[in-house]
Amino acid sequence: MKLRGLLSTAFAIAFGVIVLLGYFLEFQPFYGLRVVFVEWAVILAGFAVLVGLGNLVAVHIKKIRAREKGSAYGLLLVFSLLMTFLAGLAWGPDHPNMVLLFRTVQFPVEASLMALLTVSLAYASVRMLRRRLNLFSIVFLGTVLIILLGTASLPLLGDVPFVGDWVRPFVSQVIAGAGARGILIGVALGTLTTGLRVLIGADRPYGGK
Amino acid sequence: MTPFWLGVVGLALVLISAGAMLGLAVLRRKTPPTFREIPAFQRLQEAIGRAVEDGSRIHLSLGRGALVSPQNASALAGLSALRRLASLTSASDNPPVATAGEAGLAMLSQETLYSAHLASLAATAFDPTTGRLTGLTPFSYAAGALPLLSDENVSSSVLLGNFGPEVGLLTEADERQGMFTLAASDSLPAQAILYASAEELLIGEELFASGAYLNAGPLHKSSLTVQDLLRWLVVIVLLIGFLLKLTGVL
Repeated sequence: MKLRGLLSTAFAIAFGVIVLLGYFLEFQPFYGLRVVFVEWAVILAGFAVLVGLGNLVAVHIKKIRAREKGSAYGLLLVFSLLMTFLAGLAWGPDHPNMVLLFRTVQFPVEASLMALLTVSLAYASVRMLRRRLNLFSIVFLGTVLIILLGTASLPLLGDVPFVGDWVRPFVSQVIAGAGARGILIGVALGTLTTGLRVLIGADRPYGGK
Repeated sequence: MTPFWLGVVGLALVLISAGAMLGLAVLRRKTPPTFREIPAFQRLQEAIGRAVEDGSRIHLSLGRGALVSPQNASALAGLSALRRLASLTSASDNPPVATAGEAGLAMLSQETLYSAHLASLAATAFDPTTGRLTGLTPFSYAAGALPLLSDENVSSSVLLGNFGPEVGLLTEADERQGMFTLAASDSLPAQAILYASAEELLIGEELFASGAYLNAGPLHKSSLTVQDLLRWLVVIVLLIGFLLKLTGVL
């Protein structure tokens, strides 16, 4: 186990350093190696989907065996997954039947969840004032209302003058744009230090710790 | 193609940051740095304590940032938090359960939980279904994670990773179950939704501070210090750029 951990850490660091060098020094051999390693990673990620699906099936089969609450849905999921998988293998992903399956099952279900989310968010915004009544929450809700007023036309009244032409663009492009850039710079710095922790072997999500 | 000098400058910055992280971790081992208090982490520690006491579970959602995409750093931060949560709850009968919307992430969550299981010297066998892939599209991922929140004795939910608007469904379910929720994402739309819907929220780079605040190790603390130093560097560069532009040099 210790040897496995050492080997996986050594491989992760070595491959990570080569890919990093390939990004900054765009000449051979670093650039070529980076391209090859990233291609390998993409292929491995494709296989990981198959393993992940195996995990999804295993979770639901465990539920069905234990006759847990909602195991009937689990059975439906496993059956649908296997049928879709077999149909995909037989017809290929671009076959009209597969496209029809996507359009008539997956797409409407996800669209209804999106609609459900809209209602949930409206309710969450009201609940936020009860849970966290402070200046920032009021500014947040005020901004949401201004953007909504500036984006959508009101019944009978049409577009709201001034709000749609001046206030909304100013809020979304100047104030929100500046804030978003600040947040994104912070996220980029966090990304750098998180990547470095993995690269020097302090974080080992691949195990062996 | 990136100019050669720019590549060298970038690489130098990365190497200096790595050196500073290692150096600070060694130098400040005896006197660890103190950071500003973030109440969300304090409340998370309390929630962990309650979960261990009452034998309930902690759910950690890693989002759907693909490992081969630039969004993977938030998921890696989530994985290090998962490792720490698994250690902190090792005395509990119920280990944490992790969900992901990306297959590679789900595999890494299993590996992380397995490592924590081995380190805890637990007598029970490891359950590989504690790290789960719940769906491969944003909404199927959220829909797949929802039954877990209501059916598996989960008392706290931690959402750390790359999410989209679908995160609102998860926080809504947490709220309905009356569980503690701490959420953070690197995506701006998700942060806006979490601001309205999550009980405790981490904004921006606070997501990457979770390891340091959960005492995951000296390198987590030193990396947070380096992050702060780099932020000052960015502020100085921005100010210099502003002045040069103002004076017409740029």
